[in-house]
Formats: sequence, C-alpha cells, structure tokens
Amino acid sequence: MKSYSGLVLGLIALAGFLAAVPARAEETPASVSCEVPDYLLATESALPKVENAVKNKHSLDILVIGSRSSTIDSTVNNSEVAAYPSRLQAALKEKWPSVAVNLSVEIQAKKTAEEIVPGLAKLMEGKKPILVIWQTGTVDAIRSVDTEDFRTALDEGVVALQEAGADVILINPQYSPRTETMISAPPYLDNMRVVAQQHDVPLFDRFAIMQHWAESGEFDLFSAYHGVELAKRVHNCIGQALSRFVIDAAHLNPAQQN
Amino acid sequence: MIAIAPAVPAIALPAAGERELRLDLFRGLALWLIFIDHLPPNLLTWLTIRNYGFSDATEIFIFISGYTAAFVYGRAMREAGFVVATARILRRVWQIYVAHVFLFTIFLAEISYVATSFENPLYSEEMGIMDFLKQPDITIVQALLLRFRPVNMDVLPLYIVLMLFLPVILWLIKRSPDLTLGLSVALYAATWQFDLYLSAYPNGVWVFNPFAWQLLFVFGAWCAQGGAQRMSRILSSPITLWICVAYLLFAFLVTLTWYWPQLSYLMPRRLEQWMYPISKTDLDVLRFAHFLALAAITVRFLPKDWPGLKSPWLRPLILCGQHSLEIFCLGVFLAFAGHFLLAELSGGAGLHFVISISGILIMSAAAWLFSWYKHNADKSGSRSKGTGGNADMAGGGA
Repeated sequence: MKSYSGLVLGLIALAGFLAAVPARAEETPASVSCEVPDYLLATESALPKVENAVKNKHSLDILVIGSRSSTIDSTVNNSEVAAYPSRLQAALKEKWPSVAVNLSVEIQAKKTAEEIVPGLAKLMEGKKPILVIWQTGTVDAIRSVDTEDFRTALDEGVVALQEAGADVILINPQYSPRTETMISAPPYLDNMRVVAQQHDVPLFDRFAIMQHWAESGEFDLFSAYHGVELAKRVHNCIGQALSRFVIDAAHLNPAQQN
Repeated sequence: MIAIAPAVPAIALPAAGERELRLDLFRGLALWLIFIDHLPPNLLTWLTIRNYGFSDATEIFIFISGYTAAFVYGRAMREAGFVVATARILRRVWQIYVAHVFLFTIFLAEISYVATSFENPLYSEEMGIMDFLKQPDITIVQALLLRFRPVNMDVLPLYIVLMLFLPVILWLIKRSPDLTLGLSVALYAATWQFDLYLSAYPNGVWVFNPFAWQLLFVFGAWCAQGGAQRMSRILSSPITLWICVAYLLFAFLVTLTWYWPQLSYLMPRRLEQWMYPISKTDLDVLRFAHFLALAAITVRFLPKDWPGLKSPWLRPLILCGQHSLEIFCLGVFLAFAGHFLLAELSGGAGLHFVISISGILIMSAAAWLFSWYKHNADKSGSRSKGTGGNADMAGGGA
C-alpha cells in the first residue's frame, strides 16, 4: 500500500512538474539571456534608504508609478505577473530570500509628468514606500510637450517624492523603432538625464538597454507583428536588469562589497 | 563643415555671376546627412557630423539657405527693386509651403498604414501617437497652419517663416548690414531672456524656434552681402584657427561621453550642470559656436577655386545642393519609405545599409534629372529670367 501511495504521489508530482514546465518556459524562456552590458547599468547615484531598509529592517516597500509601458495589455492572461514590476519583485525576492519585498504599481495611463505631479504627495501619504520607481516621458514625447515644462515637472516630482521620504529611480521611455519617425524621444531622454543628475537620482536607461537588445539581435523590436510573447519576454528582461540596477545602486551586491 | 564664402577671394562671385560651388557642395552634404539622420541609426549614421560635435546638418542647411537667398534676392532687389524682389521671394515661400503640405500628405498615409497594421502589445502605449487620426479635421487644418508638424518635418516650416521675413532682412541689410546683424543677435538674446516661442498643436512649441534660428539665417545673409569679406582678416588669423580647433576638440570629447557612457565619469559635474541640456530648439550658443568653428576651418582649408570642386566624384553632392528644396523633400520621403521597408521586411543591418545607399543614389539621380530639365528641357522657356530671381542661381533660394 505504502509503496503504491508513494508511486501515486510521485506521479502526481511528475505530472505537476510537467505541467509547470511549459508555463514556466513561457515566462522566462531559457533562450533569452537578458544580457545587459555593465555600463548601461552603472550609476553614480545611490539608494541609501533602500540599503538601510534591506539591511536593518529586512523589508522593502516599492512603489512603481508609470504609464502603460509599465504594464502589458490587461486583456492577456497573467499580464500583471509578466510585466516588469512583478518581474523585478520576483528577482529581488529570489536574491534576498529573507527580505519582505512588497511592491505596488500605480498606473497613470495617458498622463504627462506635469499631470502626475500634483497627485504624488497624496499617493506617498497612502503608501509610504521606501523606493519609488517613476517611469515617465512616453506620454510627454507622444504629445510633444514643451521640454522645459517637462523638465520642470520632473524636477518638482522628484523633489516631492524625496521629501516624502523615499529613494527615487527614474525610468525613461521604451526604445520603439517602429514609431521613431513619429515620436521624437531624444529631447525627453536628455531632460530626464539632466534631472536625474541634478537630484542625484539613479536613472534606469530603459531606452538604451532596449536599443542594445535590438542591435545585438536579442529581440526583434522592429517588425510589425508580434503576439504578447515578445512583450512578456522583454518585460522579463527589463525586470531582471532593473533588479541588478537596484541592488548595485543600493550597494547591496555582495560581490561589490568584498 | 560649412562653407561659406569668407576667405579673402571668396566673395568675388556676384560680379561674374558664377556659382559658388562650395555652397552647393556643403548644402548637398547637409541634405545627405539629414537623410541619413532621419533613418534609424546604422553604420552610415557614424559618418554624420552630429556624432562628433554639438551642431549638425540643420545648421549648415539654414546658414547656406540664408546666404544663397540673400545673394540671389539681394541682387534682384538691387536690379528690379523691392517690390519685384519681394514678389519673387513670396513665390518661393509658396513653393516651399506646397512642398511641406505634400510631405505631410505622405506622412499621413504612412502613419495611417502603421495605425491599421501594427500590432505589438509591447508598444500599445506608443501607438497613442495615432490618436490624432481620430480628429482628422482639426489635425489637417492645424497642419496647414504649420502648427501640427510630425517628427522630422520641422525644417521646412522654419524655412518658410525665415523666407517670409527675407524682404525685410534684405532691406535692412542694404541700409546697414551691421545693424541688421545686431538686431538679429538682440532678438536671439531676447528669445533666451524672455523665452519667446511659437506654440504648436496639440501642445508644445516649434521644434526649431524661429526667433532663435533666425540668427543663423541672418548671419548667412550678412556674410553674403559683404560681411564675409570684412571678416576675412579675422578668419585668416592663426589665433582664430587655434580657438576653433580647441573648441571642436572640446566638443568632440564631450560628444564621446554621450556614446561611451563609460567615459562620463571624466566629465566634471559642474561643467555638465552648466552645459546641459544643449537646446536644439533654441539653437544653443554652444551649437552656434560649433557651427562657426566648423565654418571658419572649412573656409580656411577649402579654397573657392579648389580643383576638386570640379571633380566628377563631388558632382552628385553639388547637384543635390543646387536643387535643395526638391532634394530635401525627396530625402524626407525616402527616409519614410526606408523606415517602412525596414519594418515590413524586418531587415537587418545589411538591408539597412542598402537602403541608405540607395536613398543617396536616388537623390543624386533626381538632382541630375532636375538639372537636365533646367538646362535642356526647359531651356527655351525660362532662360530669360535667369539672372534676376531664379532661386536656383548660386545654389538656389531653397
């Protein structure tokens, strides 16, 4: 009897494992290396509050504020789990098993930086995160908002987030070759870099990273037809890269400390 | 990289009516570079000057346009009077406007196609750019008013505005060239001081602020009307040369840190904070200075009578420069088409390179064809007005 139940259990486990394999392969295909050169993840700015929270409190509350490129189309199954914020959370949890990594996402679709800033204080009051990851610039570029207005809004936003007691990371727009003739991203990228520098805030250069992937052939970002798979794979890699970025900027990389 | 006529003998052209081939050459070069810059980055992009300093082909194009327009229509003003010259300038403005609207139509077709055929959940946000298609009535009217301008279609509207004011500029230059230049500098300074701009639709501002960019145009006109000659002593001084070389080197090193972020730790933070962002919209003074340095060095080392200017190898560039309005429009169109092909065929670097080279060949062939029309097909018709106001004289008013 016993040996039978053992066999049954084993079969169940095997079946479960087999069933899990395709699902997992879908989320993190082994063929993708998510390779990002170190210089694209290098930053001089630090995340002292994150460092402190992880080391001393063993908890980290993260708030991602973003537009639609921080999500994957919500009609798709598991889209929330597949988008880069969740991938970041998963990667950090894996890296720090003993740390409670909480993450919430605040999507403000179709809002420019200027339209988001007034709501930031209230948002911070409610959530009190240690780390705010602010992804912005895309809507501004689409609407070709005056770059000076954009810079002013960013400036105010970063100050508001810092005053509310959080470390801040900025994420710039996606590299989108197909719409390059229609959306002019460079002025917004430049201004984000300037503001990040002024406030000593790490800038996660999503644009350059995706451009690197397109050029190295890791992802084909150009052609017109893609299912949701490509989006999931790209988001997965962005989440991985972002986790490396957070760990490095917070000086929590053991290799680095030695 | 520009050329203007400054060196001592350079300005001898008005009397003889012969072409200043350096102008054509560098305007042709600017057109090629603008085309390459409008394609997605590829191997050839590394040949464009914006990777090696602050200014780019737009500065060259606007300066030479100011120079040649003043040269051509300045003579018309002297020979035929203010009213006739103004009438000819306005006709040219109309041509440029029509060209702009034509390009906009092509852009609309492209973007509509992309809107209906592009499906990539990764970029659902970026597809928001298509929203204006929901209100074609407003969008098209705003485009006709030059307030709605798609990406890469900002040069012609700037050019239209600058040309509209050319009669006034020429009239002033006739009276006092230096006062004109002084007023232009004052307007430029006021633009920075008081934040003057033209608003765009649906929001934002003109990508090339005419209040700032007029400085290059007027400076070109001023050079054409004798300013270059008067500057020749400054230009031939070794001090000028070394200042220019030093500045170009500085700009080059700064640019290096953009492309190799690994090097950016070498940049003093103070300097970065003072320098960035380098505004293209308002023609940052760093860009203007970079253009001046390039121009000064070019004029010094490329004499007007350099035999290479007659070489068949440079002929395609010169021909393109001589038909600049047509070739500019063709270049914008080819950049759209190239983008489209790259996307449809999911082409790699190889196809990319082929598209860039084919574009340049098509531009050259078209320039040759225009030139054939002008000198052969249309000969009997338009020869007579050749001296007074033909915009293509001396490199064209375009």
